[in-house]
Amino acid sequence: MSERIAITGLGIISAIGDNVQQNLASLRAKRSGIGQIKYLETIHKGILPIAEVKHTDEELLQIAGIVEDTGYTRTALLGMIAAKEAFDNSGAKKGDGIRTALISATTVGGMGSTEKFYLDYINPEKTGDFVKYIDSHDCGDSAEKIADNLGIKDFITSINTACSSSANALMLGARLIKHGIVDRVVAGGVDGLTKFTINGFNTLMILDKEYCKPFDKNRTGLTLGEGSGFVVLESLDAAQKAGKQIYCELAGYANTCDAYHQTASSPEGTGAFLSMSSALALSGLKIEDIDYVNVHGTATQINDLSEGNAMIKFFGNKVPKFSSTKGYTGHTLGAAGGIEAVFSALSIHNNIIFPNLNFKDKLDEFDLVPVTDLIENAGVKNVLSNSFGFGGNNTSLIFSKA
Amino acid sequence: MKAYIRGIGQISPQQTFAKDDFLDTVVGYNTNMLFCIDPVYKEFINPLQLRRMSRTLRMGVTAAKICLTDSGIEMPDAVITGTGFGCIEDTEKFLLAMLNNNEQQLTPTAFMQSTHNTISGQVAIMLKCKEYNSTYVNRGFSFETALLDSLMLIAEGNAHKILLGGFDENSVNLHVTTERLGHWKKEKINSLQLLESKTSGTISGEGATFFMLTDKEDVNNYALLKGLSTLYKPENEKEVEQHTIDFLKRNNLSAADIDLVVCGLNGDVRTDGVYYHLRDKLFAETAGAYFKHLCGDYYTSSAFALWLSANAIKKQVVPEAVRLGKSPAAALKNILIVNHYRDINYSFMLVSQC
Amino acid sequence: MDALIVKLKTQIIEQLNLEGVSPDDISPDDSLFGEGLGLDSIDALELIVLLEKNYGLKIENPADGKKIFATIRSIAEYITANGKA
Repeated sequence: MSERIAITGLGIISAIGDNVQQNLASLRAKRSGIGQIKYLETIHKGILPIAEVKHTDEELLQIAGIVEDTGYTRTALLGMIAAKEAFDNSGAKKGDGIRTALISATTVGGMGSTEKFYLDYINPEKTGDFVKYIDSHDCGDSAEKIADNLGIKDFITSINTACSSSANALMLGARLIKHGIVDRVVAGGVDGLTKFTINGFNTLMILDKEYCKPFDKNRTGLTLGEGSGFVVLESLDAAQKAGKQIYCELAGYANTCDAYHQTASSPEGTGAFLSMSSALALSGLKIEDIDYVNVHGTATQINDLSEGNAMIKFFGNKVPKFSSTKGYTGHTLGAAGGIEAVFSALSIHNNIIFPNLNFKDKLDEFDLVPVTDLIENAGVKNVLSNSFGFGGNNTSLIFSKA
Repeated sequence: MKAYIRGIGQISPQQTFAKDDFLDTVVGYNTNMLFCIDPVYKEFINPLQLRRMSRTLRMGVTAAKICLTDSGIEMPDAVITGTGFGCIEDTEKFLLAMLNNNEQQLTPTAFMQSTHNTISGQVAIMLKCKEYNSTYVNRGFSFETALLDSLMLIAEGNAHKILLGGFDENSVNLHVTTERLGHWKKEKINSLQLLESKTSGTISGEGATFFMLTDKEDVNNYALLKGLSTLYKPENEKEVEQHTIDFLKRNNLSAADIDLVVCGLNGDVRTDGVYYHLRDKLFAETAGAYFKHLCGDYYTSSAFALWLSANAIKKQVVPEAVRLGKSPAAALKNILIVNHYRDINYSFMLVSQC
Repeated sequence: MDALIVKLKTQIIEQLNLEGVSPDDISPDDSLFGEGLGLDSIDALELIVLLEKNYGLKIENPADGKKIFATIRSIAEYITANGKA
């Protein structure tokens, strides 16, 4: 159980790029992926900005290398693209005999296709090509398509704990390796944008009509995004012996529950404080070892206040450099923890800290000011990444230079 | 990895929420769409909470409460659930309102409760349980991963009592939609004659089952959960057979040590063959049991099988209604559960006397 | 005003699915949130939609809801002052 876990592969597709290189370039150039709605059919077009992956479903099919569309949803395609990049990047080969797990996370699953054809689905008189999407509604569909695409059979599962989902995927992955159940895990998450999600968050009145402004006094809500982020996890020891490229170590993780409200975090951030504390304890690091916090930072009134309070309680008056990258990618829900795990690994690997876009004024409630410009040679050895979801689900991950 | 089952709560299409009734009487349905028998929810949930809750939330939260009471444990160290489809009624409600009202004048309640982890979150809020909380959503592996996670947590030594749940909800729209894929029988049957139809398709069902798992021995424990394994898209029946042998071997057992095989026969002639293959090759001398004629088929139906097996071990009885083939041995020491969802997600569980 | 109050009570009971509550149980001056009827922030969002749907009134900032939704009477007054009921 004392085994250490390495990250040996990264894969991502988001509003700021189709792969790791493009994402890194956009992060460095302070290039946001948020814009007016282009690909999604909704009445909110022209009113609510979102962070879309800049491709139609047909283009995504091509990028994913699918010849015949037997019912691939946007969610499945985004996941297949990012997971494949991570898998290849780690040097893994299909059928190389290493016991491998695929753990994917998603909140909407195939809803993007369901909402297009649902009225036809439930009308037995209707028939047509839409029938091929019926079996892709549930969350497990994308995980199984990703696994099949990579030839992974040994262990497959999906997680949905709302917006902390894919951080939990990494956590489960590390534990599977430590328990000797598998030797390699492709873990992350994916969510395609849907009308269902936009309208749902809109009813909660937590969508900003401008680009989201994390940790800003005048923030009025989040900006939704889509995408997928995956990493490959292996035993650090085995990866070092095999001379593999190692981005960083997944040194700590913890999941706790705020147990306060279905959608709102507690103002004092109890669950967030507990998840950060437990993750740090597992990593064996000291609190002052944390160099950068990739905050959840959705830019809703409640999240940023609650998370800020939790950080102050946890770090005292020495809150490390922190930023939310949701000004780039939007809030990608089930993909957020995976995408931000890739960003955290890139932060350590390239020794940089990414800026928090759209920040102007700090909150009245505390003195926290995020990093607003790219920092090169930042001396990043340990990164804390937070992901919080509905149901009070709080997950903190700690990445360390191996 | 292992855990004791200390308490259980189950809401299903049978009278399973009453502790003393172990399928003494069973309900047959003349429809291919099974729904749960509702307890009086007001006895379990306060009205202010109840007013917002959809059917699956009521079922899940109530099953969890029954389980907590049954176990005598007030506060678990983790809440972990598995569900294939999540909260169908809330999802459909919001989706239909959105489509029918052209994305206007929508209200938040159904949306915020449509996420798959609503029940694990609600149970945690109800108990003020700030510990580990997770929800798995991978078809016929949903409950299995939740169980595996529980076993790992116990093995890690950080949790000693875990509230584990499996739930899925049926709906008319869901049934009609998936009927297009050939999942359900075209002809109407009586659910209790599920295996006699010899046609393709099965009957749809639902259920909410919660278990309290612990690492402590106790006279009140139902059974010991000794092993769990999953298998994804096996090539053929031979691979399933080999997997079963290896699984038993890892637990230092052979087929001869198994006193009862609880299998997921669902009356679909296209996919039931593998169970008969296992019977013929490995368990010709072993008593059998089946359960999907009682609860229908759904992603997390293996939770029903675990409920059945744990009770059979504790009460040392195999109810008449589930028996298949040879009569069970006088003493039930080891029960093997073999289940698969549409020949894709296979799972194996080993339930033993404490 | 009195007719509007009666109508509002029925609409609120229906929208919020207040099982077992009858219009007579709610006095126009009872506080709806917290100690009174026990409604919460999600109910406030539901009430915003109720006003939009039935009275054509749009509340853009959820924070404004606090004052408007204090009691049945305050809602009725808001509708009378701003709406076309």
